[in-house]
Amino acid sequence: MSDASSSKPPPSLPPPSLPPPSLPPPSQGSARDVGGTDSTRPAAPRTLLAVERLSKYFPVERGWFAREEKFVRAVDGVSFRVRRGETMGLVGESGCGKSTLGRLILRLIDPTYGRIMYEGRDLVPLGQSALRPLRRKLQIIFQDPYSSLNPRMTVKQIVGEAIRVHKLASNAADETRMIAELLDQVGLRRESIDRYPHEFSGGQRQRIGIARALAVQPEFIVCDEPISALDVSIQAQIVNLLQDLQERLGLTYLFISHDLKIVEHMSHRVCVMYLGRVVEQASSADLYDHSFHPYSRALLSAVPFVEPGRRKLRVLLEGDIPSPIDPPTGCTFHPRCPRRERGKCDVEVPPLERIDPASEHKVACFHPHLD
Amino acid sequence: MPGPLLRVRDLVTSFQTDAGLLRAVDRVSFDVPAGSSVGIVGESGCGKSVTALSILRLVQSPPGSIESGSIELEGKDLLSLSPAEMRAIRGNDISMVFQEPMTSLNPVYTVGAQIVEAIRLHQKTSRGAAWKRAVEMLQLVGIPSADTNARAYPHQLSGGMRQRVMIAMAIACQPKLLLADEPTTALDVTIQAQILATLRDLRGRLGMSLLLITHDLGVVAEHTDHVIVMYAARVIESAPAASLFTRPRHPYTRGLLESIPRRHVPGDLGPKPRLSTIEGLVPDLRNLPPGCRFADRCPMRIDACTKVEPELVPVDDDAGPHESRCIRANEL
Repeated sequence: MSDASSSKPPPSLPPPSLPPPSLPPPSQGSARDVGGTDSTRPAAPRTLLAVERLSKYFPVERGWFAREEKFVRAVDGVSFRVRRGETMGLVGESGCGKSTLGRLILRLIDPTYGRIMYEGRDLVPLGQSALRPLRRKLQIIFQDPYSSLNPRMTVKQIVGEAIRVHKLASNAADETRMIAELLDQVGLRRESIDRYPHEFSGGQRQRIGIARALAVQPEFIVCDEPISALDVSIQAQIVNLLQDLQERLGLTYLFISHDLKIVEHMSHRVCVMYLGRVVEQASSADLYDHSFHPYSRALLSAVPFVEPGRRKLRVLLEGDIPSPIDPPTGCTFHPRCPRRERGKCDVEVPPLERIDPASEHKVACFHPHLD
Repeated sequence: MPGPLLRVRDLVTSFQTDAGLLRAVDRVSFDVPAGSSVGIVGESGCGKSVTALSILRLVQSPPGSIESGSIELEGKDLLSLSPAEMRAIRGNDISMVFQEPMTSLNPVYTVGAQIVEAIRLHQKTSRGAAWKRAVEMLQLVGIPSADTNARAYPHQLSGGMRQRVMIAMAIACQPKLLLADEPTTALDVTIQAQILATLRDLRGRLGMSLLLITHDLGVVAEHTDHVIVMYAARVIESAPAASLFTRPRHPYTRGLLESIPRRHVPGDLGPKPRLSTIEGLVPDLRNLPPGCRFADRCPMRIDACTKVEPELVPVDDDAGPHESRCIRANEL
């Protein structure tokens, strides 16, 4: 496990795409210093999680003499902060790295570069045993309630496993009482406790997954496409449940979804990702009112809405998302971009910067005001 | 006045299961007028895909079978055709685009070869002419450098491209009717917009009718003229697209529409309200209630709802024919 001083790339790794000064010096524990890319504005003290220049490069295709190694830049220099009690939405299309990012934050996979500051403490150098108490605070709800529950375990075993691992119950009766209360919280009947996953519908299974995440009294939950596998009428039930739980328990969510309508509804702030990078970051209201990045614009305009007579001008993008193995140089969006400037956009990586100094709205585009 | 292109009446398709006979499609009737676009919406298990498969007589038998009803294409009853006659219809008069573009393409042939095969199955043309036609079709659906890409294998193309190939194959014989079963569900939203724009454009250019099956009400709102809403194997509402979204006349349709987050109102910074939900679950098709199938989830339920299942009856609508299977439709 690398620590902050040895987080320089091993020789075979490609250099990070974002130019140096690569990593800010390790902060001394105070959450106020976290993620200070802009030194004039101290970070809000409520910051729970700050991700700094986080990258994950997966090796693919080793060359014949192991000379040339290629990498998928699944997550490439992502920075953002999540405040306690808020929902940060993460949107983007398949392959943009949003799920990898969620798994990196939970340290389910190891980052190539960057830091994950949780309550001011960097999670990246921590080993498995040091992580264990923190794992209680960070949980995940998966997309597919069919494959993420063990079919041979009852609800009691599924939800109770985490309670036992973290030794949260004093005895068996206590454990059963805790499980029953969790079932109440997620809207399942207490009688379901001895049933198996296949006896439940998709929405109910997702409630079991939520109960499992809540069993260890977490603070921060990565919701990775939690409603994508569900029917429309059931989606609304789960969305409301997540909102109720957030209010009641003061939870902080990273809400990953490709459904822009749901992300808008759920999130306080939103990051738009494209090919491993954040291209725009703003409060949900600002982003949906007025987005600046041409990709965000196309993405938001592509969503079909049910209000008839509100058919809008659709920005149709040309072509497909390029491969993250050999991403385009400069701004990775430039080959599809209507605003691209030759010699600039295809050469330099646009930094994610505030649209104006007073705004929290950030965009990674050299021409945010062109239309 | 000529009849509709496709006319489905009282279609019943059932499956033999371990727990008894299950009617996946139960007395479904609708029309697809020539040149129009009709949508079928509903949640999983409501019977929308089985309806499409029944039209092409592709329901696997056993366990499935079309029990009764009629399916007429330009007045010709498809259910009375021999298997050989039916094969001549499939891919020629009616073709279908499925949800999974990867599993519906053969991985060991180039996409061009697969389109050629579809053309030569139905039309007597030389291999060379068919190839030229295949390339034209790929151009038509918006595949760049179609010449080169016709020689590509499916795995060399992206998901959106594969779906375009599927559409190219489906329209290669200029069908009168294209059935598209969740054609964009597996695709990203920007690619979905491209594909739906392509379908709209093709419909205009080729004068083809479209039966679009989807769970996405937004897609239906923007891409169809008439919408059929299915619930638990039944049609519960059938309406012009414009009125379905402004004034749904069945509590289920209304519940579905209200459970979708509304479009953001610019400048609104207030707290987000909760979504309205439809409580409960879809009934088990093997154990249906005697009355309305939606009754136990319905906020407007009265005693009569649980006794006799309502019929699909016309309701007033200036925009066109509109039917609802609800005894309180006029209160909505």
